[in-house]
Amino acid sequence: MTAVVEIEHLSKAYQRGGQVVPVLQDITLTLQTGDFVALMGPSGSGKSTLLNLIAGIDAPDSGLLRVAGVDITGLRESELAQWRAEHVGFIFQFYNLMPVLTAYENVELPLTLTHLSRRQRCEHARLALDLVNLSDRADHYPSQLSGGQQQRVAIARALVTDPTIIVADEPTGDLDRVSAREILDLLESLNDSLRRTIIMVTHDQAAAECAHIVRHLEKGVLTDKIEYPRERAQA
Amino acid sequence: MIYLFRLIARNTLRHPLRTLLTVLGIVVAITAFGLLRTTVDAWYAGAEASSASRLIVRNKNSLTFPLPLYYGAKIRGIEGVDSVSAAQWFAGIYVDKKNFFPQFAVDPRTYFALYPEFVIPPEQMKAFLLDRRGAIAGRKIVEKFGWKLGDQIPLIGTIYPGTWSFVLRGVYTGANSRTDETQFFLHWDNLNETLKKVAPDSANQVGIFLVGLKNAREAPLVAQRIDAQFRNSRAETLTETEKAFQLSFVAMTEAILLVIQAVSFLVIAIIMAVMANTMAMTARERRREYATLKALGFPVRFIAALIIGESLFITCAAGALGAWLIHPAAAYVGRKYGTIFPIFNVSDDTVVMAMLATLLVGLVAAAGPALQASTRTVSEGFRAAG
Amino acid sequence: MGIPYSYIVRNLWVRKITTLLTAGGMALVVFVFAAVLMLSEGLKKTLVATGSPENVVIIRRSAETEVQSSVYRDQASLVASIPEIANGPGGARMVSREVLVLMVLPKRGTGSPSNVTIRGLSEMGPALRPQVRLVEGRMFRPGTSEIIAGTKIAEGFQGAGLGETIKLGIQEWKVVGLFDAGKTGFASEIWGDADQMMQAFRRDSYSSVIFRLSDPGSFARVKERLEDDRRLTVEAEREPQFYARQSELMANFLNVLGTILSTIFSIGAIIGAMITMYAAVANRTAEIGTLRALGFRRHDILTAFLAESLLLSLLGGALGLVMASFMQAFTVSTMNWQTFAELAFSFTMNAGVVVQGLLFALIMGLAGGFLPAVRAARLDIVDALRAS
Repeated sequence: MTAVVEIEHLSKAYQRGGQVVPVLQDITLTLQTGDFVALMGPSGSGKSTLLNLIAGIDAPDSGLLRVAGVDITGLRESELAQWRAEHVGFIFQFYNLMPVLTAYENVELPLTLTHLSRRQRCEHARLALDLVNLSDRADHYPSQLSGGQQQRVAIARALVTDPTIIVADEPTGDLDRVSAREILDLLESLNDSLRRTIIMVTHDQAAAECAHIVRHLEKGVLTDKIEYPRERAQA
Repeated sequence: MIYLFRLIARNTLRHPLRTLLTVLGIVVAITAFGLLRTTVDAWYAGAEASSASRLIVRNKNSLTFPLPLYYGAKIRGIEGVDSVSAAQWFAGIYVDKKNFFPQFAVDPRTYFALYPEFVIPPEQMKAFLLDRRGAIAGRKIVEKFGWKLGDQIPLIGTIYPGTWSFVLRGVYTGANSRTDETQFFLHWDNLNETLKKVAPDSANQVGIFLVGLKNAREAPLVAQRIDAQFRNSRAETLTETEKAFQLSFVAMTEAILLVIQAVSFLVIAIIMAVMANTMAMTARERRREYATLKALGFPVRFIAALIIGESLFITCAAGALGAWLIHPAAAYVGRKYGTIFPIFNVSDDTVVMAMLATLLVGLVAAAGPALQASTRTVSEGFRAAG
Repeated sequence: MGIPYSYIVRNLWVRKITTLLTAGGMALVVFVFAAVLMLSEGLKKTLVATGSPENVVIIRRSAETEVQSSVYRDQASLVASIPEIANGPGGARMVSREVLVLMVLPKRGTGSPSNVTIRGLSEMGPALRPQVRLVEGRMFRPGTSEIIAGTKIAEGFQGAGLGETIKLGIQEWKVVGLFDAGKTGFASEIWGDADQMMQAFRRDSYSSVIFRLSDPGSFARVKERLEDDRRLTVEAEREPQFYARQSELMANFLNVLGTILSTIFSIGAIIGAMITMYAAVANRTAEIGTLRALGFRRHDILTAFLAESLLLSLLGGALGLVMASFMQAFTVSTMNWQTFAELAFSFTMNAGVVVQGLLFALIMGLAGGFLPAVRAARLDIVDALRAS
C-alpha cells in the first residue's frame, strides 16, 4: 500500500467581516491507495474545506499537503489545473453538470483535457456511462434526467479520466433515499472492484457506513477515527 | 477546441430571448452607426467628387458678390489656363420651397466640356443648345418630379424676380456614383437677356468662373496668377481648386458635423453598456459552471475563451447583420433626405468601421466578466453561486 | 398593501453593476435626447430674442432672405412714407433702410475664412433694436466710414477689434465701438452707415426696410396694402416670424435629427432594460414564489417589478440630464443654409427639457419593464418555489 494523501500540520483560516476565523487547525492525516474515507462532522467543522484542499481547489495557509505524490501547495494556478485534470475526479452535491451538454458530452468533457484521440474518448465515455448504467440516456440533457441519474452521470464524469482520487462532497445530500442508496452502492463497487480511492464528505450515517475509514472533524480539528474491516464493507 | 465551440454555441442559445434582444439592440445600433457615418460622408461628397485640377474664381468679398463678365476673356489669356466657363447661382423655387435643388445658369458650350462627368446624349445636347429657354436636369430630380423631355418647368426666382419657365431638353446622368445627379442647368444668355431689360445693373455679371488647366499640377501657380491679375481692381478675386472651394463650404457647417460624429460614437457606447450588461449577467448566472470546469482541471484561459467567445459570437453575428443592413437602410434614408444629400453612398470604410466597432464592443463587454471568472478561485466560485 | 419599496430599491442595489450599466445606457440615450431638445430650445431662444413683434421687415417678394433681396431707393422711400410708422424720441420716424451683405473674413489665429454679415443701417436703425447695447467705444457716425462690431465678431475675426481697421469692399473701415447683442442673431454682425456701405459695395439698392408700427395691431392692414401696391413688389413680415422662417431649415433639421436619434437610441435602451428585467425575474423566481406564498397578489408582483424598472429608468434619466446640463457651456456656431450667414446658438436647458427628458426615460422604463413584469406576475407559485 502507498500513501496517496499525506497531510501534516495543515491549517487554514478565513477572513470574515474583518475577523480571522480558523477553519482547520493543525491537521495531520495520511490516506492509502484504495481507501474509501468518509469525512464527517457538523456544519462549519471544516470538512468541506479539507476536501477542497485535498482536491486542489483551495489553498492552505500553512502545512504540508502532498497528494498523488505531488506537493500541491507549491503549484501555480495553471499547474494546479493540469494536476486536477490528471489526478482528481469530482462528485458534487448538486451534480454540477453542464446544462447545455448531453449526458454523454458531460462525461466526455474532462477527456478533452487529455491527449486521447476522438475514438478513444468515445470508448472511454461509453464505458463510463455503461458502468453507471446510463448508456440508454447518453443523449439526454441534464434537465431531462432525475437527480439520481444526474449524479450517476457526474460519477461517470469523475471516473472517466481514471483519476488517482475521487472526491465527493455530500454526493447523496440532494437525493431521496432510494436514489441515495443507488449512488452509494455505485461508489462502493467502484472502491471495491475497481480499487478507486474515494474521499467523501457526508452528513448521512448510511453513507458513512459504506466507507471503511470514518474521520470526524469538530471545529477544525480531527477527533476520532473509526475503521471498519473491508469484509464489513462488502457484507 | 470543438468542445469549446460547442459550449459557446449552446450557451448562446440558452436564453434565446436575451440573446435575441441583445442581437436586436446591436443590429439597430450598428445600422444607426453606419447611417450616421454615411451622413458625414455625404456632407463631404461634394468635395470628394470635385476635382483638384479645376479652379474656381469668385469675388473675394464673398460668393454673394458677382464678377464682371469681361473677366472671362482676361482669365483665358493667363498662362496655364486651358479653358474658361462661367456659372451663376439661380436660386429658383420649384412649386414649393421644400423641393430644393441647385440651379445654375451656365455657358453650355464651355461648361459641359469642363465637366465630362455629366453625361448627356448628343441629340439632347443639340436640342438644348438650340433652345434658349431650354434646360438640362439631373436624372434624380427628373425621376423625383416625373418630368419628361419637352415639359415646361416653372421656377420662381428668389434672386431674379418673377416666374421663369424653362423647357426640359436633356437629362444628364453621372459618369460615376459620386456624381451629383440633382443639378439643373439653364442658359446664362437667357438669364442675362432678361436682366438687361428688367435690371440692367445686374446684367453682364457672373457668379463664378470655372477654369480648366493645361497642367493640373500648376493649379496653385495659375490661381496666384489669376488673383494677381485682378488685385486692386473693382472686384478682386479669390481663386482656389474646386476641392478647396467645396471644403470651405463643409467647414462652415463643421459644428453640425461634429455633433453627428459625436453621436455616432455615443451609439457605440450605448450598445457597449447593453452588451456588457448582458455578459455580466450571463457570467454571474454561470459562476457555478465556471467553478466546476475549473475543478475538473480546465485552465483559466478556457473559461476566458468561453466568455469572450460567447460575447464575440453574439456581437459578430449581430454586427454582420447590422453591417449588411446598412446598405438597404442607407438607400431608404437617402430617398428620405431627397436632394439635401444628392450623394448618399455607403463607403467600404463605413462597413469596416462598423465591424470593428462590434468587435470592440464584444471584447470590452467580455473583458470584465472574463477577468472576474479567471481570478475567482474554485471554492469562491461555488460559494458565490451558492 | 403592496410590496415594500425598500425591497425594490435593495434589489437594484444588490445588482450594482447591472443596474449601473443599464442606467448608464439609458443615461446616454436621455443625454442625446435632451441635448437635441436643448439645441432646438437654444435656436428658438435666439430667434425670439432677435425679433421684436412690433417691428416689420420689408424685403423684395420671394427673396426669402435679406441677402437675396433688393429694394430700390424709390421703393424704400414709398415704404418709409406710410403713416402707420411710429415716431421715436424727438419725433423722428422709426424706420431704417438697410443693406446687408456677406463678406468672407479671416478668423483670428487660424486665418480660416468665414462668412460675416455686414449690415448698413439708417440713423434710426440701432434704436429699432433695443436688445443691442453698445458696451465699448461709441456709435458710428452717419456718413463716415466708421463701423461697430458685435463682441463675438471683434474677438473672432482679424481686424474687427476696437480701434482696428478692416477692408470691406473697396474701402477701409475703422471700428469705433463694440456692441453686445446677447443671444440674438445680431451678435455676429458688423454695423455701419447704409449709404456708405452701398458705395463701398457698389450697390444702388437696399436689401430691406425695417420700421416700427405705432400700433402693432395694424400689421395685417399694412401688410396687405404694401403687398398689393403694384409699384413695390415687396413682402412684409413681422420681425420674429421673419427670423424664424430664415432658420426653418435648421430647425427642421434639428427636429428630424432629434426624432430619428431618439427613436433609434430608445430601442437600444428599451432592449437593455428588458434584458435586465427579464434576468431579474429569472434570478428571483424562487423569491417571487415565496412572496406569492406569503400572500402577495399577482398585481403586487407586477407593480413591484414595474416600479423597479421605472426606478432604474428614472435613475438613468436623471443621470442623463445631469450630463446634458454641462452642455449649456457650449455654443454651436454654424452656417445657416438659408442665409449663408453664421448662426450661433447655445444648448439651453429649461423645465420643459427636464420634464420631457424624464418622461422619455420613464416611457423607456415602462416599455422595457412591462413584459418581464407580466412574466413575473404570471409565474405559478408551486413551480416558482421549486426553482433553485
